[in-house]
Amino acid sequence: MAALLDVKNLGISFGGLRAVNAFNISVEKEELYGLIGPNGAGKTTVFNLLTGVYKPDSGKVLLDGEDITGKKTIDISKAGIARTFQNIRLFKQLSVLDNVKVGLHNKHHYSTIEGILRLPRYRSVEKEMDEKAMDLLKVFELEQVAQQLASNLPYGQQRKLEIARALATEPKLLLLDEPAAGMNPNETGELMDMIRFVREQFHMTVLLIEHDMKLVSGICEKLTVLNFGEVLSQGDTGTVLNDPQVITAYLGE
Amino acid sequence: MSFISYLINGLSLGSVYAIIALGYTMVYGIAKMLNFAHGDVIMIGAYVALLSMTQAGLSPLAAILIAVVVCTALGIVIERIAYKPLRNASSSLAVLITAIGVSYLLQNVALLLFGANAQSFQSVVKWGGLSLAGGSLKISGETVVTIIACIIIMIVLTFFVQKTKPGQAMRAVSEDKGAAQLMGINVNGTIALTFAIGSALAAVAGVLLCSSYPSLTPYTGAMPGIKAFVAAVFGGIGSIQGAFIGGLLLGIIEILGRAYISSQMADALVFAVLIIVLLVKPTGLLGKKIQEKV
Amino acid sequence: MGMLKKMSKNTRSNLITYGIVIAAFLIMQTLITTGSISSLLEGLMVPLCIYVILAVSLNLVVGILGELSLGHAGFMCVGAFTSAFFSKCMRDVITSSLLRFFLALLIGIAVAAVFGLIIGIPVLRLKGDYLAIVTLAFGEIIKNLVNVLFIGRDSNGFHFSTKDVMDLNMEPDGTVLVNGPQGITGTPKDSTFLIGVILILITLFIVTNLINSRDGRAIMAIRDNRIAAESIGINVTKYKLMAFTISAALAGAAGVLYAHNLSTLTATTNNFGYNMSITILVFVVLGGIGNIRGSIIAAVILTLLPELLRGLSDYRMLIYAIVLIIMMLFNWAPKAIEWREKYFSFGKRKKEAVK
Repeated sequence: MAALLDVKNLGISFGGLRAVNAFNISVEKEELYGLIGPNGAGKTTVFNLLTGVYKPDSGKVLLDGEDITGKKTIDISKAGIARTFQNIRLFKQLSVLDNVKVGLHNKHHYSTIEGILRLPRYRSVEKEMDEKAMDLLKVFELEQVAQQLASNLPYGQQRKLEIARALATEPKLLLLDEPAAGMNPNETGELMDMIRFVREQFHMTVLLIEHDMKLVSGICEKLTVLNFGEVLSQGDTGTVLNDPQVITAYLGE
Repeated sequence: MSFISYLINGLSLGSVYAIIALGYTMVYGIAKMLNFAHGDVIMIGAYVALLSMTQAGLSPLAAILIAVVVCTALGIVIERIAYKPLRNASSSLAVLITAIGVSYLLQNVALLLFGANAQSFQSVVKWGGLSLAGGSLKISGETVVTIIACIIIMIVLTFFVQKTKPGQAMRAVSEDKGAAQLMGINVNGTIALTFAIGSALAAVAGVLLCSSYPSLTPYTGAMPGIKAFVAAVFGGIGSIQGAFIGGLLLGIIEILGRAYISSQMADALVFAVLIIVLLVKPTGLLGKKIQEKV
Repeated sequence: MGMLKKMSKNTRSNLITYGIVIAAFLIMQTLITTGSISSLLEGLMVPLCIYVILAVSLNLVVGILGELSLGHAGFMCVGAFTSAFFSKCMRDVITSSLLRFFLALLIGIAVAAVFGLIIGIPVLRLKGDYLAIVTLAFGEIIKNLVNVLFIGRDSNGFHFSTKDVMDLNMEPDGTVLVNGPQGITGTPKDSTFLIGVILILITLFIVTNLINSRDGRAIMAIRDNRIAAESIGINVTKYKLMAFTISAALAGAAGVLYAHNLSTLTATTNNFGYNMSITILVFVVLGGIGNIRGSIIAAVILTLLPELLRGLSDYRMLIYAIVLIIMMLFNWAPKAIEWREKYFSFGKRKKEAVK
């Protein structure tokens, strides 16, 4: 079976500095995959390359067999990659519900004229969107705060909302950039359950960046370790975490 | 010959733009804000100098000095009251709109104090100027003084920013405010200093501008201010040499446009330059590229 | 009551806004017909409608899209001149003033929208300060262009020039339609208070319904976080252009109203230049950035106040300047927000109202 995400020899330089070099990864459908490495190893840069924020200067990215190398962010989103951000990026002045509804944007259509004139299609599609968004919010236990402004949510709920919004785009692949950052052990535990649940419920493939080793070893089936922009080790979680090279890279940090 | 004399007039006007643009570019580079009121500080400087000469009977040099002192104080006060509280505002539009408000405030205060009628400005330059090529090419004293003043200011400012301690602090703050703070640099003080220098330069520019174009109204500063910003963008915002080159080029373009195309369309031409520069090379001639962090 | 409750919060809020506008119209109209207000105040009614439309349409760009446009008066100028030109040409052809105005309105709106689109495509690639200054530049260019434009018509058809009337080279029977800095004279005075109020209601209908639709959410998402919006597949350029073009079109409508309220139309700094753009911005800021109803109320208060208190009219612009600075500091300075939230519980509630 072909992998859902197949990346070959991906690389980019910033002003002479090779930020990511010869990066390979292959993520199977419905896999929970971890991307780890010391600070500055290039993990977020990989995400930015996968989502079209940066254009790679070498390599190839295949999503479900489709070549998405160097495509624009919005086309990659339409192709089926959704992400969250290390520093949470919500639509702060919109309600929690509307944040998710923006995520539904490309899956539910009516024209501008239909919207302004509030024609029947506007009403029926909006109703559909409301229902779908509420369903998603329920998964993340956010339905009670649906009408609040996103900026008024506590930190943990903001992280959840960002994941809900990403899922609203109905992606094939979900990228989570340090989802547990700033969470206490309790919240992290909850988050782990939630990620597992999302995988089962939505048959989702997840690639995540994380520093919290408990989370990584707890839920990831496979790992790739990045160091100085290059792959240091790759494979099953247990094997990778016992790789002497990986241990040195972390202890030597 | 007329082409050369246009060119020299362009250099003179361009020198004024350059001096104003230096103020813009420093403030933009360090406080990361477009100080819309900068042009109006020029106007205030010109009024102060004019009143010092006509009402107090002071010498031109003393008048310039007083204008510089008043504008420096004004610049610091504006920064402290109107801009500093908004430095960490959630929207970058906030400080921009406030700056527009300050610009309007200065114009309208001047309107109440000095009236809407144009006052004729006495040139601070008493020298008649040069007469070259057997009298067919005349260069006014104002033109010579303006160009020389601009060159001196540029050199002094470059030296100040490169070699002195406060200058290095400025560069550090413009690179990274947070890091500069951690290094023990007084960020607030540095920003205030930048406004002080920019406003002092604005006073000089105001006096020079009105010496060459001796009609002073509360709106005198607005257009040159905006054009000087165009010059700063043209040369590459944040760059002292860029402001200098951008100012000179813009002055020449404006004067030549006025002479050979249409006097009413000269302003439009200047703005067209801005639009083209921003679309073709948004960082300007000498600017640096900034990548947004994701 | 039950029905009101069932409606969504937004719909209810919109209906209240329409109600305020209609009630204000009915009151003023009654006062006018009973002759209880001065002719000066009566003459202010159409300008008031113009300001309200301009403020609401600018708020779409500043508050909803989150970009500062300083060239709004330029679009108004385009709408005013194209529609006045049309009406002047058609004065004897279309005798029904209502039909003529309606057609002029469509033309003014369409041309302003086209200008919005043409200018928006390059300009919206820029951000923040640059966008502000370039829109300002465009506004000034439009104003300057109008001032060098001469158009005349004789038996041979239309003549154009950018120099002067003589340069039009017309037959002796020709008439000058657009006379450079002297502008257009003899535009039929077709604007009325009623038409103005209807245009306000249409503007409100378009803007508020847009905000509460799929497209409006996308526009606000871009305002709040462009990178996140892109990451979920929002076409940033498309929606920025949409907001900008609709805003320009509505400003064009205000221009049409303006042109048909005066017999002589000229382009100066005060009506179509920078000063006008700033005046509109003051309305938006005072009413609350992003708050549509606030824009209307601010436009009305700031237009009427200096006129009613005659002594204040000299200080009008000074008051605007101070209002602008104080409102920005009060609403946006982190310290002021902290202080407000500490001493007034409405801090949070108010935020929710701004949608």
